[in-house]
Amino acid sequence: MAGAGGGNDIQWCFSQVKGAVDDDVAEGTSRKEAQVMLLSYVPACELQGLRFKPIHYSVGGRFTKPRKLYRVDLSRNQLGDREKVRHFDQATKDLVTQCLRTGQFKRTSSSSGNKIQSHSRGEYNVYSTFQSHEPEFDYLKSLEIEEKINKIRWLPQKNAAQFLLSTNDKTIKLWKISERDKRPEGYNLKEEDGRYRDPTTVTTLRVPVFRPMDLMVEASPRRIFANAHTYHINSISINSDYETYLSADDLRINLWHLEITDRSFNIVDIKPANMEELTEVITAAEFHPNSCNTFVYSSSKGTIRLCDMRASALCDRHSKLFEEPEDPSNRSFFSEIISSISDVKFSHSGRYMMTRDYLSVKIWDLNMENRPVETYQVHEYLRSKLCSLYENDCIFDKFECCWNGSDSVVMTGSYNNFFRMFDRNTKRDITLEASRENNKPRTVLKPRKVCASGKRKKDEISVDSLDFNKKILHTAWHPKENIIAVATTNNLYIFQDKVN
Amino acid sequence: MMLSKGLKRKREEEEEGLAVDTWWLDPGHPAVAQAPAATAASSSLFDLSVLKLHHSLRQSEPDLRHLVLVVNTLRRIQASMAPAATLPPVPSPPPAPGVADSLLASSDAALSASMASLLEDLSHIEGLSQVPQPLADEGPLGRPTAGAPPSLGALDLLGPATGCLLDDSLEGLFEDIDTSMYDSELWAPASESLKPGPVEGPGKEETTPELDEAELDYLMDVLVGTQALERPPGPGR
Repeated sequence: MAGAGGGNDIQWCFSQVKGAVDDDVAEGTSRKEAQVMLLSYVPACELQGLRFKPIHYSVGGRFTKPRKLYRVDLSRNQLGDREKVRHFDQATKDLVTQCLRTGQFKRTSSSSGNKIQSHSRGEYNVYSTFQSHEPEFDYLKSLEIEEKINKIRWLPQKNAAQFLLSTNDKTIKLWKISERDKRPEGYNLKEEDGRYRDPTTVTTLRVPVFRPMDLMVEASPRRIFANAHTYHINSISINSDYETYLSADDLRINLWHLEITDRSFNIVDIKPANMEELTEVITAAEFHPNSCNTFVYSSSKGTIRLCDMRASALCDRHSKLFEEPEDPSNRSFFSEIISSISDVKFSHSGRYMMTRDYLSVKIWDLNMENRPVETYQVHEYLRSKLCSLYENDCIFDKFECCWNGSDSVVMTGSYNNFFRMFDRNTKRDITLEASRENNKPRTVLKPRKVCASGKRKKDEISVDSLDFNKKILHTAWHPKENIIAVATTNNLYIFQDKVN
Repeated sequence: MMLSKGLKRKREEEEEGLAVDTWWLDPGHPAVAQAPAATAASSSLFDLSVLKLHHSLRQSEPDLRHLVLVVNTLRRIQASMAPAATLPPVPSPPPAPGVADSLLASSDAALSASMASLLEDLSHIEGLSQVPQPLADEGPLGRPTAGAPPSLGALDLLGPATGCLLDDSLEGLFEDIDTSMYDSELWAPASESLKPGPVEGPGKEETTPELDEAELDYLMDVLVGTQALERPPGPGR
């Protein structure tokens, strides 16, 4: 089927899947829930066994044009071997010729010599895996603190290393991920195995040199931000000043400085003096992408509050309150539960924000508080099933949502391993499925359709056949490319647009 | 059935417009025919919500969002239920007809009271840095406070109040509670006497004479509410 929406008639293709073959809820070790796995992008040329050295990077005007230019850098395909070979050996020549024939690479010529453009997409391979949190026992309250990670956020890259924040229910950690591909050799006072040499035995001096080694990726915890949250942390968000970040739990939001771990500022506190009066909790919070004094937080009652930290130290009084009045025709006992916002994300531009509640995705213009500018129904066919979904607790599932790089398409997950994309310009939407059945690379995904009632057409799925254990809560969109990552219970799927 | 955790089922031929899983809305259904449709639906939802509340509170650290949403939904259901409603025979064992009215009313009172104190009890999670409040502060260190921990008290009272639901499983309810938090000399007598039933109040009184007045009033209010079943329903607490 030709791509029916999802932005500029993109056809989404299966690219990769990582994880267990069995998609059921795993009873496996809980250590898995605290592990952070990093995948890194390996360009297509490297996959072919050729090491190409990118010499400059160009971003095409449209996503279908090739993006990288490579000069064939004649390495011997061994990690760490930097010697350049002057001439192509025959095997390399054959490989390049073959790639050119299959259309994966195109030769273009320019004044700086022959260049080969890559049309083929690369893959994401496991780069590093590390255990982020350990289970802890809070002795004061006799409670076990789970090591399960709730959120991960990348910091903007400032140098060769990558930094990320990961958090469980109570503690946030700053991790540094760095590569090491060379090590110093030839110390005067230390043997190769690390033992110290007796200085009196040294007769000549030498200068230690760096020698290549197998690539090692190290993850080390640089900061631990603990003991600031009484309730369960649900969000972390890095400020655009790149110095501070916020963490939010059910009732409070704290502001941290990335360098300072023994202190944080409380900027929102909605805990009532009397817990009997508690009727609302914080569900998500995020900093504005450009304005470092502005952040929003959403609630279990479907409201979003925008706060300005310049207004006061404790931002209990919002600057703006975003709330859509309830539709009286849709009123039910479950109105509040389904209005509870599970995720809030600013657009890259900072002009809009998107919220996800149980049945829909809403786009809000920051200048208009009384209603969203766009509303997209994710799975409206569930509205008549709310009672059952309440009984099996599915109604409390927290789905996330995300923007594409140009803010023109939004995406969110649903049940039965379905995920949905809404094109804001064409107003078209598409439902796709993350399944190992379509697992040949470059297989175009077939749009899916759920039949709400009445006669079920061929290829449609009826609502009652949906598997509510297979839910897609987390999705992510590459900031520049049409590459998406979709998480099912035990697997991570990567899909890309079809490259012509 | 979609009622169980996301099991797939084969597509069935259904009555036009009636989904199998909303039997309580079907006026033709025998269980429902005995009561006004809306009330029957509300009652089942009420029972279900109470069950969920129980389950949520049994966690060592309840999910606050889940708790708040269930409590708010319960309040909505309560508000919509007519005071003289009879509970349908399904899914819970049927109470005696005359009892049902006041049971509901008293369960209103007890429920509100216990929900209130349960939420109050959640302030324990704040830890010891807070000024200890006589009613609420207990702490796992077994620090002596005004008397019986209100959270356990409230859980007790939830039991009898919704007796139609939990008659046989009250013992089971307390088996789940980890009493290691309360293992200290001061608590031993109190925890042993913590059995469900109307006797519980006076019993507690004797073993823990340090109950303050406010605590006593509170307990008496609720006990009187559950004991006097023939009393006309008063306003919820």
